[in-house]
Amino acid sequence: MRERSASIATAPDARTKGLQRRWRVNERVIEGGIFLASLLAIVVLLGIVAVLLRQGLPIFSHTPPWEFLFGTQWYPVSEPPTFGTTTFFVATIWVTVVATVIAVPIGVACAAYLAEVAPSSVRESVKPVIELLAGIPSVVIGFIGLLLLSPLVQSMFNLNTGLSGLAAGIMLSLMSLPIIVSVSEDALRAIPDEFRQAAYALGATKWEVVRHVSIPAALSGISAAIMLGVGRAIGETMTVLMIAGGALAVPVSPTQPMMPMTAAIASGIGNAVRGGLQYQALFAIGLMLFLMTLAVNLIADRVLERQKRRFVR
Amino acid sequence: MKLDSAVTNSRPPQYRGTKLSTSHLSLFYGPCQALRDITLDIPERAITAIIGPSGCGKSSFLRIFNRMNDLIPGARVEGSVELDGIDIYHRSIDVVELRKRVGMVFQKPNPFPMSVFENVAFGPRRHGRVSRGELEDIVERSLREAALWEEVKDKLDQSAFDLSGGQQQRLCIARVLAVEPEVILMDEPCSALDPVATLKIEDLMRRLAEQYTIIIVTHNMQQAARASDVSAFLLMQGDICGVLVEHGPTSELFTSPKDKRTEDYITGRFG
Repeated sequence: MRERSASIATAPDARTKGLQRRWRVNERVIEGGIFLASLLAIVVLLGIVAVLLRQGLPIFSHTPPWEFLFGTQWYPVSEPPTFGTTTFFVATIWVTVVATVIAVPIGVACAAYLAEVAPSSVRESVKPVIELLAGIPSVVIGFIGLLLLSPLVQSMFNLNTGLSGLAAGIMLSLMSLPIIVSVSEDALRAIPDEFRQAAYALGATKWEVVRHVSIPAALSGISAAIMLGVGRAIGETMTVLMIAGGALAVPVSPTQPMMPMTAAIASGIGNAVRGGLQYQALFAIGLMLFLMTLAVNLIADRVLERQKRRFVR
Repeated sequence: MKLDSAVTNSRPPQYRGTKLSTSHLSLFYGPCQALRDITLDIPERAITAIIGPSGCGKSSFLRIFNRMNDLIPGARVEGSVELDGIDIYHRSIDVVELRKRVGMVFQKPNPFPMSVFENVAFGPRRHGRVSRGELEDIVERSLREAALWEEVKDKLDQSAFDLSGGQQQRLCIARVLAVEPEVILMDEPCSALDPVATLKIEDLMRRLAEQYTIIIVTHNMQQAARASDVSAFLLMQGDICGVLVEHGPTSELFTSPKDKRTEDYITGRFG
């Protein structure tokens, strides 16, 4: 470093006028730190993929992928063991669909109210409360579902047990709601006011402005919010483990007890012999989950990109 | 398309009557007074220019006529504003209906983030069921009226943001025309445009004035002199904004102003 500054100092004009190049240590350190941090994220991601592939793929030499994906029999300790994951996959779909169907309309409506209708005093007090909901541990949500919701679901639908995909989906919707509200509200508030003004000046009512101007203009942000919410519902483990019911039959209706993929991994991994067939099968389920969330993200990206191309200024 | 300034300047205000009138109008934003005791008649099917220095309340005055000030919390109006003799600030007035009759073009072109077609179709779609065929007719007619059809007829499905600034502003005018208003308010519609686009808009305004009552707020003295039939000069006095100093036919106001302050302003001594 000293050599370098010396060589620069030989340029006479630069030194006399205080213009010689300085070696700003802080800048280098910060730059390097930020670079390492971003590198770390990528390394960790690739590492996770590598582990999932390495631990999960060997199962396919025992059970062909076709059987693994579409088989309905999950008997990991029978002789011979069978690993069909359709049950878990369908359960995850049910729970996610219930959560999405409940959370999206309520979340978007709530965001629209906060961004477009509510006076600022209401917005400033309500939004933090909604965001607080995101901070409740999933175990606590599970408790509430167990204690309050599942008896309600049981009596409403006349079921043998209230522990079902429906109850789990409802609780999951509560967990994805804060994300959807918060991100959609930000998206709506980012819409320039000139669009609203133009619509009002054309004789649009408040509802028409929200429905036909603000929401379409904020659609990219709102769909990102929905994808984040869906991602949360797919990946949530503790709540579904506690209240989805854990039944090992392919659920044909959301009111049945079921075992989503995350719950299957969490409940099975404790009994699995490290490196054994069941262990491999559970990792393969993890791989499926990873691919599902990846697909959701890619779709969201594609949607956003198309939206942007159409609407960007 | 060429604007013959000699003809337009000598054109008498051949209006048939009064379209809008304010009487002892005052506007307050909370404790601040933005307009003070304005009494003014706006002639029908003519262009009325509102001129004055920045911050004198021109835009606030313009927004009186379609009640856009309603959207500002704490805004309060005193006095009366009449459209065809009807008090538009009366309790029984439906603001949505009022804004259909009194359209507005903004300072910065603000097309919606939609296709060209959807921008023009926005108003008609909101105001009742229209078939696709009718909608296409309305869009074409409005775009032709706004002198934009030839330029955009092949890109109706493209984003409005793909158009140039001047085209966007004419699209905004077409969007207003599609609602079939009686009055068009223009809030410095050319201030974000280049001179060529400005001339096109002025030319368009002249033609629209044969059918519509137009009120334009402008910073540009030449524009007011070129394009308007009647002018009104607003000024702030001390800390009170929005005092109407003088109004009358544009040719008189610009050649022989009655008030010394008007003369000072139009000759560029302040403002």
